[in-house]
Amino acid sequence: MRSYLLLSALGAVTCLSGCASTLTDIEPWVKPYERSLLADPIMSVNRNPVAMAYTKHVHEAREGARGADGGAGGGCGCN
Amino acid sequence: MVVRGAVVGVINRCIAGLLGCWISTASLGAVLPEDRADVMYHSYSGDGVSIDGPSVLVRKKAGNHWSFSANYYVDTISGASIDVRATASPYREERQETSIGVDYVQNKTSLAASYTNSSENDYEANSFYMGASQDFFGDLTTLSMSYSRGSDDVGRRGDASFAEQARRQKLGIGITQIVTKNLIVGVNAENVSDEGYLNNPYRVVRYLDPNSARGFAFTTEVYPRTRVSNAFSANANYYLAHRASLYGDARYYSDTWGIEAVNGKFGYIHTFGDDWIVDLHVRYYQQEQADFYQDLFSRPDEFNFMARDKELSTYQSLSTGIKVSYAWQFSSQRYIDKSTLNIEYDYMNFDYDNFRDVTDDAPVGEEALFGFSANVIRLYLSVWY
Repeated sequence: MRSYLLLSALGAVTCLSGCASTLTDIEPWVKPYERSLLADPIMSVNRNPVAMAYTKHVHEAREGARGADGGAGGGCGCN
Repeated sequence: MVVRGAVVGVINRCIAGLLGCWISTASLGAVLPEDRADVMYHSYSGDGVSIDGPSVLVRKKAGNHWSFSANYYVDTISGASIDVRATASPYREERQETSIGVDYVQNKTSLAASYTNSSENDYEANSFYMGASQDFFGDLTTLSMSYSRGSDDVGRRGDASFAEQARRQKLGIGITQIVTKNLIVGVNAENVSDEGYLNNPYRVVRYLDPNSARGFAFTTEVYPRTRVSNAFSANANYYLAHRASLYGDARYYSDTWGIEAVNGKFGYIHTFGDDWIVDLHVRYYQQEQADFYQDLFSRPDEFNFMARDKELSTYQSLSTGIKVSYAWQFSSQRYIDKSTLNIEYDYMNFDYDNFRDVTDDAPVGEEALFGFSANVIRLYLSVWY
């Protein structure tokens, strides 16, 4: 299982580096100057990292589930 | 015999929680994290247990490509949870956690790495994290990947011969997409695998014992030595008029222990002027029990694996909370750009479907189902410079 995961990760990284230049040429439908609202702190998933990390800690201590609890994506290239 | 109930369960999972923080750090795409410092007091109070302490986080850029961070966190634990009340006396202990991290940004790519150590008198945990993210499609899309690996040394107070190990690795991937000028959505997946000593050396299972005055007795839990889980989540943030926003997330979880869980959160953020931000939110969590969980076993060696950890039972939780933030803006001539004072409060309620309160004076197996509520507070000052 571990080997499979590691190979998958390496494959994804290879694809990422190979495809990056092509994909970044695509024209955005929301222009950079139209992203001021998205750059507002109230649109940030993780605007207060110290409090968010603590909240995750509480959930993981009290719940059987773990992982993919928000924030693995994020960012909007707004700045 | 020293029994500390749920504490090691908390600590076993602490690294996972902390790594989530670093996943978020890496998720900032091709923008370095802001220079900021946070000083927080945190408090959790529920089920007879109080956990509080400080957390200090400092981030600083070095040039245009590098950013460094450090976090110091303390849990001071006291009281007696339902597990402890059933079998032993209240206790007090402390856990310290230290993290250092680095972020690197080049064009549309960001990389992150961190190291975390968690230490207490009978548990030592170390972990490494690596993350990468890339912006695509004119920076409308951000792809993030992360990998972390941890190793824990598990001890047992009063038993010098007890020495166990647990290892953990996590692999995550996430995509964030700008959909419109007002809407960002994201999807995430994470695989976590553990092996080694995964149960709490102090926690016990309950079994029928006709020779006992109460009709039951306790013996140590036995867990499988491997666990693999997968979690999938989606989230969205939508900007409303007059500087307000709606946000929500949902997650599905399953693992090889048979646990299945879902949770969802919905929130509304409202601003008052430029300085006040108020966040109201509600969160629901529900899970199905692990295959080897039972509240009451018929004998001490009934199965190969036996657990009575209430976090492995069937239950649901509902939380409601509020966050209030006040900001001070400073002149650009000063060293400090901005500062915020924040207070966050959550009320959490847990209702268990098959975990009984053994302190209840009732026939064996007919005790009242357990439930409790908790108050969770974060009070912190943030400074941007």
